[in-house]
Amino acid sequence: MENSRETLNIVVVGHVDHGKSTLIGRLLFDTDSLPEGAIDKVKQLAKEKGKAFEYAYLLDAFEEEQEQGITIDTTQLQFSTEKRDYVIIDAPGHKEFLKNMISGAANAEAAFLLVDANEGIQEQSRRHGYILSLLGIKKVYVIVNKMDLVDYSEDRLNQIKTDFNEFLNNLNIYPIDYIPISAYFGENIVKKSKKMPWNRSGSIIEIMDTIPKDKDLEKKPLRFPIQDVYKFDDRRIIAGRIESGTLNVGDEILISPSNKTTKIKSIAYWSDKDQRNEASAGMSVGIIVEDEFFNKRGEIISHIEDAPIKSNIFNANVFWMGKTNLVKNKKYKLKLSTKEVECEVITINKIIDASTLAQGDFAEGIKKNDVAEVTIRTKEMICFDEFANLQTTGRFVIVDGFDVSGGGIISGIEDSLKNRELVTNSTNIAPRKRLVSTKDREKSYGQKGRVIWLTGLSGSGKNEIAIKLEKKLFDFGKKVYYLDSTNLRFGLSSDLEFSAKDAHEQTRRIAEVARLFADSGTIVIVSSVSRYRKDREFAKEIIGESVYREVFIEATEDVCKKRNPGGIYEDGDENFYYEKSDYPVFSLFIEDAEFNADKKALSLIELIRG
Amino acid sequence: MDHLDHLEAQSIFILREAYKHFGKLGMLWSVGKDSTVLLWLAKKAFFGHCPFPFIHVDTKYKIPEMIEFRDRTAKEYNLDLIVHSNEEALANGMGPEHGRMVCCKALKTEGLTQVTKKYEFEGLILGIRRDEEGSRSKERIFSERNSESEWDYTDQPPELWDQFKTDFKKGNHIRVHPILHWNELDIWEYIKRENIPLVDLYFAKDGKRYRSLGCAPCTTPIESTASNIDEIIEELKNTKQSERSGRAQDQEMAHAMQKLRKDGYM
Repeated sequence: MENSRETLNIVVVGHVDHGKSTLIGRLLFDTDSLPEGAIDKVKQLAKEKGKAFEYAYLLDAFEEEQEQGITIDTTQLQFSTEKRDYVIIDAPGHKEFLKNMISGAANAEAAFLLVDANEGIQEQSRRHGYILSLLGIKKVYVIVNKMDLVDYSEDRLNQIKTDFNEFLNNLNIYPIDYIPISAYFGENIVKKSKKMPWNRSGSIIEIMDTIPKDKDLEKKPLRFPIQDVYKFDDRRIIAGRIESGTLNVGDEILISPSNKTTKIKSIAYWSDKDQRNEASAGMSVGIIVEDEFFNKRGEIISHIEDAPIKSNIFNANVFWMGKTNLVKNKKYKLKLSTKEVECEVITINKIIDASTLAQGDFAEGIKKNDVAEVTIRTKEMICFDEFANLQTTGRFVIVDGFDVSGGGIISGIEDSLKNRELVTNSTNIAPRKRLVSTKDREKSYGQKGRVIWLTGLSGSGKNEIAIKLEKKLFDFGKKVYYLDSTNLRFGLSSDLEFSAKDAHEQTRRIAEVARLFADSGTIVIVSSVSRYRKDREFAKEIIGESVYREVFIEATEDVCKKRNPGGIYEDGDENFYYEKSDYPVFSLFIEDAEFNADKKALSLIELIRG
Repeated sequence: MDHLDHLEAQSIFILREAYKHFGKLGMLWSVGKDSTVLLWLAKKAFFGHCPFPFIHVDTKYKIPEMIEFRDRTAKEYNLDLIVHSNEEALANGMGPEHGRMVCCKALKTEGLTQVTKKYEFEGLILGIRRDEEGSRSKERIFSERNSESEWDYTDQPPELWDQFKTDFKKGNHIRVHPILHWNELDIWEYIKRENIPLVDLYFAKDGKRYRSLGCAPCTTPIESTASNIDEIIEELKNTKQSERSGRAQDQEMAHAMQKLRKDGYM
């Protein structure tokens, strides 16, 4: 059972001098976790320097830290209670060392936010609170230290509680508890303090042991970012760490954003005891897949039905630690799981002073220690999740020159803009988020938005089939709309002519409109000659693979001519030229000019399922 | 996943990040327990292969059993092994009698700097751990050194969400620390679980064993009867002595390790 013991990482944050290092030193001392002589060594050191002994010296190992009496860099220390092991992370409270505080806090599952009972809430108490909310740390405990300076007063604790909750709740941080202590005098550290009989919650150690561990990451959607591909021997191994979810040998998987699907053949191993058929979140593994195609680091493997979002534009909350400001229209490197990509901030939506929550000035960009809401564009499509849904694939860092200078979490992207490459000529715009999602609409309407794209030569019978299909679906009680490309030419596309260039633009407009209709929950029927493969691929990309259903209405030249002797031709001479798609599509063959459109339409009903 | 699985998975992730980012990568192998565990982790990370050279900075004052174990293991694992000594300093008679800090700096720090420059390493993997001593507890997983191997510990990069420092000035290098988050007990429990071969010096003979290995003149064995891994684990659970209490350089002066490490010591 030795190795099944549990470890919990807790970070201690708060304003400078509120006693973080002292608390940790005290925890180590009172739980008997220090090696022999450690206290004597520190006492000796203090004596040599002519200073009073401080528990903080146990952590502030750097000479500069001890001399200045402040923590400069983060430290991690381990200690155990009977229940489990802890890694306690000491984070500096001085504003100047915020990046070190973030380095410490980013590794924690729970946080102790320390406040001096006497001084009350200070600038870094608030800023650290904000950073905790951005890092997604939900298990926050406010430790009210130096209770000895306020005569162990319950009123003082309640006052701090009211003030701080007002600030923190606004950031969606709801502290689980407020714990009054005196780190210096060891009150309420291991045992409940007799000096504060009014205190209903227990001592720090007692409360620590009740903090629940994060669980069930392995039950979330599979995210396996490709870290590297190895070919050391005859095996071709895709290596990486599973960030969430579980994979099994035999699973069908999707590789995004390249959109390839294959099956997991086996899980590679070196030592026999590591042989397995299943792997889940947290494991560093290597898989061998059935189809060998080119895979790149940074792509994300998921199951087919639960893929990450693909986009090149998204909204994010960032905190900046760089020496030079984060500015618009400058190239930076973005690192999200194993993906590295060039990016730029196209819009700054809001700059927030993390300590006062006041809105800052945009003019000079985002300064060191600022927090901001921005819109980021990456040079190519990347995969990610919204941070609220999946933390590990919903966060990123920004590299400026040689330095990691900022961190961010993805707040999201509107459903109607997901999973496609976004292009815009406008400046200073940001994709906006609303409260009703595609899923909400699907649930309310009892149907899924779909685009049934009828393609085929002029005269093949697309329009006849479309109007019958619209009627049938309508009669079934479906929300359906037939988007007739010819009718569009009297309105939306009144500026377009029958030229190759305008045909491409016409396809784009139909696809964009169809996408919006589908996103609204409607089943859209489109009729469009779209004789070139690239035009239909273009439409499919705009609409999205999961929504787009292509139907090829195939008729011989003879049948077409019979049915449409006048002929309206969208793009000139090649009236009877058609390029078939190289992916599977639904095909209808029109055997003669007098075909039964009603019957043909009926065979298309099944396309709205699934 | 249990505790050791988590540690192992994280270390493998780090090793693979290092291998992906640094064309010229080497791993320091001191022959001690930590770097031997690291060697094992590399085997796992790369499915039985060790796709970079291993470097032993030989001060020529090492305990003879260490050298014997080194050569035997290198052969068994088919390692690409670089053994380097600061020959110039040795020829000039460098030794612990010149002062421990001076000797460590010349034979270890400078030896390492020489070999780093010679092979133009961009990345060096080291088996240090946070719980060993104060200045190591403040380390980053990817920690930059300048061309003279110096460490600017006052301005360390932020390190969050396993996004490490992989961009740096040419001529500088990155020290990679894949087992920074392990402690001494973890190491022994892992050695036991994986059955990793180890140099004999760690196991008690005649009431003494080495708990930490270094150069013969500056490393003293501790009093112990722990002659196998189980007994060592039991001993560690009950001891209050620090791991490096037998290492003379740590005790030399206040902040000795901070000073050594600032200049490029391991």
